[in-house]
Amino acid sequence: MTNEELKAYLTERFPEAEIKTGPQYVEMTVVNSSLLETANQLKTEKETSFDYLFCLTGVDYPQNMGIIYHLESLEHRHTMVLKVKTADRVNPAVDTVSSVWVTAKYHEREVYDLLGVRFNNHTDLRRVFLDDDWGHPLRKDYVDEVRIVER
Amino acid sequence: MSEIKEVIINNDRLATDEYLVNMGPQHPSTHGVLRLLVKLEGEKVLNVQPHSGYIHSGIEKMCEAISYPQIIHLTDRMDYLSAHMNNEAVALCVEKALQVEVPDRVKYIRTIMDELSRLASHQLWWCVFGMDLGALTTFFYGLRDRELILDIFEETCGARMTVSYNTPGGLMADIHPNFQKRVKDYLKYFKTKLPEYDKLLSGNVILKERTEGIGYLTKEDAIEYGVTGPSGRASGFSCDVRKHVPYSAYPFVKFNEILDHRCDTYARYEVRIKEMYESISIIEQLIDNIPAGDYAVKMKGVLKLPEGEFYQRVESARGEFGVFIVSDGKKNPYRLKFRSPGFSNLFALNKMATGHKIADLVAIMSTLDLIIPDIDR
Repeated sequence: MTNEELKAYLTERFPEAEIKTGPQYVEMTVVNSSLLETANQLKTEKETSFDYLFCLTGVDYPQNMGIIYHLESLEHRHTMVLKVKTADRVNPAVDTVSSVWVTAKYHEREVYDLLGVRFNNHTDLRRVFLDDDWGHPLRKDYVDEVRIVER
Repeated sequence: MSEIKEVIINNDRLATDEYLVNMGPQHPSTHGVLRLLVKLEGEKVLNVQPHSGYIHSGIEKMCEAISYPQIIHLTDRMDYLSAHMNNEAVALCVEKALQVEVPDRVKYIRTIMDELSRLASHQLWWCVFGMDLGALTTFFYGLRDRELILDIFEETCGARMTVSYNTPGGLMADIHPNFQKRVKDYLKYFKTKLPEYDKLLSGNVILKERTEGIGYLTKEDAIEYGVTGPSGRASGFSCDVRKHVPYSAYPFVKFNEILDHRCDTYARYEVRIKEMYESISIIEQLIDNIPAGDYAVKMKGVLKLPEGEFYQRVESARGEFGVFIVSDGKKNPYRLKFRSPGFSNLFALNKMATGHKIADLVAIMSTLDLIIPDIDR
């Protein structure tokens, strides 16, 4: 499907979601409570069949944390962006999608490590890179004590 | 008599014990500082847990404090064998955001450099793979040929590995007057050497025994785990970004996406060997046709990206490399994420190595072609 077709299809299929066309991809924002269900539908339904999660990013916005999923369908070769925002910025939590795409399990561990976002029902939520007592460096309020970033 | 029997019973009990062994962080086969916590039963691998982060350098955080042309120099330090592809990803992403169209000359040169990097990377992988399995000769063969590519890089870019040759809007400098001749000479030379690689290793009985049927990764698993690059394509996962989302001069050239459906370590080996032939063919199609023109378009002194999110995918030597920029309109990114192929590939290791012997684990890890700074970033 082209971006326009995909947008039209998603608007009809997910009426509650907020859908817009970004500079490259169709972007769909869902609420946390419907994330897992939406992800499952996007992957399993024949029309969309987004079976390949190629990027998972956590972003620290001023009011909340955002998790951004870049999805591609290998059958239809179309791409979209799925977004979810946490309710709370200080103790953020979203549902894990590792039951839908296995690779999310490890990318979510990275987001947890660097941004401190907790993923509900994640089977193995450990830090990937840093020590347990380290802060979450990609947060905007992280204090860079050794001044390695801001000189 | 009864004493001996007692000992044998104890031995049996010992043999069935499970134990945990740390492989790394200084193990030669991990090619850097990576620790694998391996659960073993005798020599059989029951579980592999990769522990990374030993050289986590916080590149994504650093990028939030520096400007876009500066970021390019950091990307060299991640996957140092695909330095040029990483540079290009950032340059393309910034160009896309600013809606800058680079001259064809730039596209051609970028693609030639991409493929030269891929050749150099696969050569290094080949020689190290041989060494991991105990064949030392490959190391000399591979490095001998790779040095010549690095010489070409040095002449044009001024650096051998951390090339930083791209810049938003084009290239840092034009190609060296000798560049085309040297590349053609090199291809002529390497085309006689590449069949030697096959002769030396590909048909070797020991290699086949060590690799065939080992480290099986189904196509479904490759997609689920996001295993891309030659490793993914050896499982039949058609994931070549050059083919599906073409960039630079890839739309102008004819090449095959190498797919293999055998899914084992040997398939991953052969895909890389075949990719070297494809790289040669791509360079040959381009090298004589580099259009005249500027090597860069004039850009502003301070680059400010419009507000929004921009994503660029490129095919590095290890798989799909992605740059995701969240911009708030300032001269440095609000958030920048690198989707590194090694990170996703690494975590499929448990799936592939479980049930095999510990020596096979080394072979499997070697065909994943891991570069640790690419994983840890």
